[in-house]
Amino acid sequence: MTMPLTPPKRKNPLKRTRLPVLPSGIRSRTAHLLTQAAAEGRFALPACNDCGAVHYPPRDACPKCLSPRLALKDVSPAGSVAAETIIRTSTDAYFRERMPWRIGTVALDAGPAVIAHLHGDVSAGQRVRLALKLDKSGQAVAIALPEKETPDMSDDPQLRELTLDPKFRRVLVTDARTPVGRAVVEAMVKAGAALVFAGVPESWKPTPGQDDLAKLKGVEIHALDVTDTKSVQELAAEIGAKVDILINTAEHVRPGGLLERRGVQMAREELEAGYLGLLRLAQAFGPTMRFRGADGVNNACAWVNVLSVYALTNWPAYGAHSASQAAMLSAAQSLRAELRPGGVRVVNVFSGPIETEWYQPVPPPKVAPGQIASAIVDALKRGLEDVYVGDIAEDVRARLAVNPKAIERELG
Amino acid sequence: MAALTKARRNGYEGVVLAAPVTVPYRRYSINSAHWWIGRALRGLCDAARLSPGDLDGFSVSSFTLAPDKAIGLTQHYGLSPRWLDYIPMGGASGVLALRKAARAVQAGDASVVACVAGDTNHVDSFRRTLSTFSRFAQDAVYPYGSGGPNANFALIMANYMKLTGATREDTGKLAVAQRDNALKFPHALMKKPLTLEDYMRARAIADPIHLFDCVMPCAGAEAFLVMREEDAKAHGLPFTRILGSIERHNAFADDVIQYRGGWVVDIDELYAQAGVAKGQVDFVETYDDYPVISMMQLEDLGLCAPGEAAAFVRANTFTVDGTCPHNTSGGQLSVGQAGCAGGYLGLVEAIRQLTGTALGGQVQNARVGLVSGFGMITYDRGLASCAALLGSA
Repeated sequence: MTMPLTPPKRKNPLKRTRLPVLPSGIRSRTAHLLTQAAAEGRFALPACNDCGAVHYPPRDACPKCLSPRLALKDVSPAGSVAAETIIRTSTDAYFRERMPWRIGTVALDAGPAVIAHLHGDVSAGQRVRLALKLDKSGQAVAIALPEKETPDMSDDPQLRELTLDPKFRRVLVTDARTPVGRAVVEAMVKAGAALVFAGVPESWKPTPGQDDLAKLKGVEIHALDVTDTKSVQELAAEIGAKVDILINTAEHVRPGGLLERRGVQMAREELEAGYLGLLRLAQAFGPTMRFRGADGVNNACAWVNVLSVYALTNWPAYGAHSASQAAMLSAAQSLRAELRPGGVRVVNVFSGPIETEWYQPVPPPKVAPGQIASAIVDALKRGLEDVYVGDIAEDVRARLAVNPKAIERELG
Repeated sequence: MAALTKARRNGYEGVVLAAPVTVPYRRYSINSAHWWIGRALRGLCDAARLSPGDLDGFSVSSFTLAPDKAIGLTQHYGLSPRWLDYIPMGGASGVLALRKAARAVQAGDASVVACVAGDTNHVDSFRRTLSTFSRFAQDAVYPYGSGGPNANFALIMANYMKLTGATREDTGKLAVAQRDNALKFPHALMKKPLTLEDYMRARAIADPIHLFDCVMPCAGAEAFLVMREEDAKAHGLPFTRILGSIERHNAFADDVIQYRGGWVVDIDELYAQAGVAKGQVDFVETYDDYPVISMMQLEDLGLCAPGEAAAFVRANTFTVDGTCPHNTSGGQLSVGQAGCAGGYLGLVEAIRQLTGTALGGQVQNARVGLVSGFGMITYDRGLASCAALLGSA
């Protein structure tokens, strides 16, 4: 039985903040196959394209037939715990602070035996499902979870180290005025966030639904304009030390490629709200979040970017916007590396065209704002790093994986 | 293609082991592995009254030589061997060095091989060795609690106990007997008597592994010479014969958790090669990184039936004067684990026992001794296993 978490007490400002230390993040290049699977929440192991044997740990030749033709393959996560132990001494600073720590050997139905972290509700002899997740070092690890949901299972301390659950955490939604932003605020409240800071640019300007937002329990409205350095810095000074999860929903979408536009004004606005907005937020909130990566139950843990899937490959119909999104994606990769020492994860949510006014002439399928909000909650609860929302985003990802040139020609 | 025929194992006639050397261990050392190995080489020369130039074969085992390998050591020590080997294989180092060196001497590729294992232990060496021990450890073990071998062997021990009904009292009996042996051995780091009650009440490290199941990492070196019998006689050196030996790696890869080692595959051939009836030995030196692994070896080496080690332990005594003298110098559990030298400890002790030169307790009328090596847990199990039967001259 998992002990349910109790809401963390108000932090004593005189107490020293525990500095983040990370579990070992050194992996072989081949082992990053698992990082790829964990980032998307898949359970997959290396398998041989010639003889089909599934193996673990990752190798560079098949241990059954020596073939070098190996690839990640989705396999059944079902298995049973063959043995378990409770580690009470460790040579590693991260685990030393979190002792005792349970691990076990899981005999997978798919074949291999996997040394894995054990959820508190599983023990030797039991059937389990294994999941690949990213740990605080940002690398993939396996954890054995109960076969079926158990009460409060996400509160398990070993599991919570691997997820980014909004429960009892404080969330900043940078632009609560966009349809997506509003949906995300509501979803965070529902997911058990202790407090949601809802950023509102140009707060003097009335927008539909703003009053409803203010009435929501656990929501605080704050002036925040990501295109204004001073605004971002002022808010960071006020609430920066309380932001455990930052969700950047600021956007500025305009149609058109490069040739239809006169001058660079529109592109500049896209960059101001997009790339430079991300930069301002990163500089104002990033260092404090990185510092607070091990700050108790409500430590800083996640930074979420909502991006267009056309950050990955340009869609000329929205060509200039795609370019600004690509800049944001590149910045997000840098941010990912820079926040990693604090154990803070950068989650990129890639969406197809959204049901908003700026995508009005685009034919369906389109993504409802609520879909993006649910995907973010799901990503945080499962601890994902890359999320694709909606059929278009999935389609773009699949086509890119097969032939990037084909999709480039087909989009243009 | 037709099945390959299996070659008959040749014997080791004319090749002997001599000059057992131990460089006294220390818990921590500020010296390098090079210093420890150098002292062992000097110890070999002194014991056999040879000059460094006489050593025309050199086999070295160490984990802490980085960035050097064996070749760099030739210049370091001013040696010019015509046969050189590097065996950084932990608990299997001793028997593997013996096997290779013996064949080199037999074939005339070397006249005398200095076999040396040594490691240093700086204050932070152990953590560094653990985190970079192998690719599989780095990818698939160390990030899981970083409990080191204690956590791995905890899983093996938990499974072994469930499978065979062995209890902590059984593993404790071995550990307590080894401590008794160690109290007579001058180089043992553990000097205090150990009772079964102490063993049972020790703090848990990684359940069911408790404190006295664990070896103490330390600095030290062990060495011996492999040479022609006629040369040993000419130098007046007491020597030991090699009756037979085996090695087997990554056996039973499909066992979900290790409960047997590679010895099982070849053990009958070992006794046949040596002309010794199965299990009929005067003493046994097992690789005791954990007592449960010694229990596993008692089965796999044919001292008792598979799964019967618990009954065997209950029916026998394991001190030097016991019914089954075991790890007669105290083993790694009580002497200390000096890295790769841990894989030499039992072999060097067996040479002493069979030449009547034990530094601690001497097994009376020791004619045949069994030494086994085990090690290199790169993922979830010890990959290397090996054994040798040695006989008095």
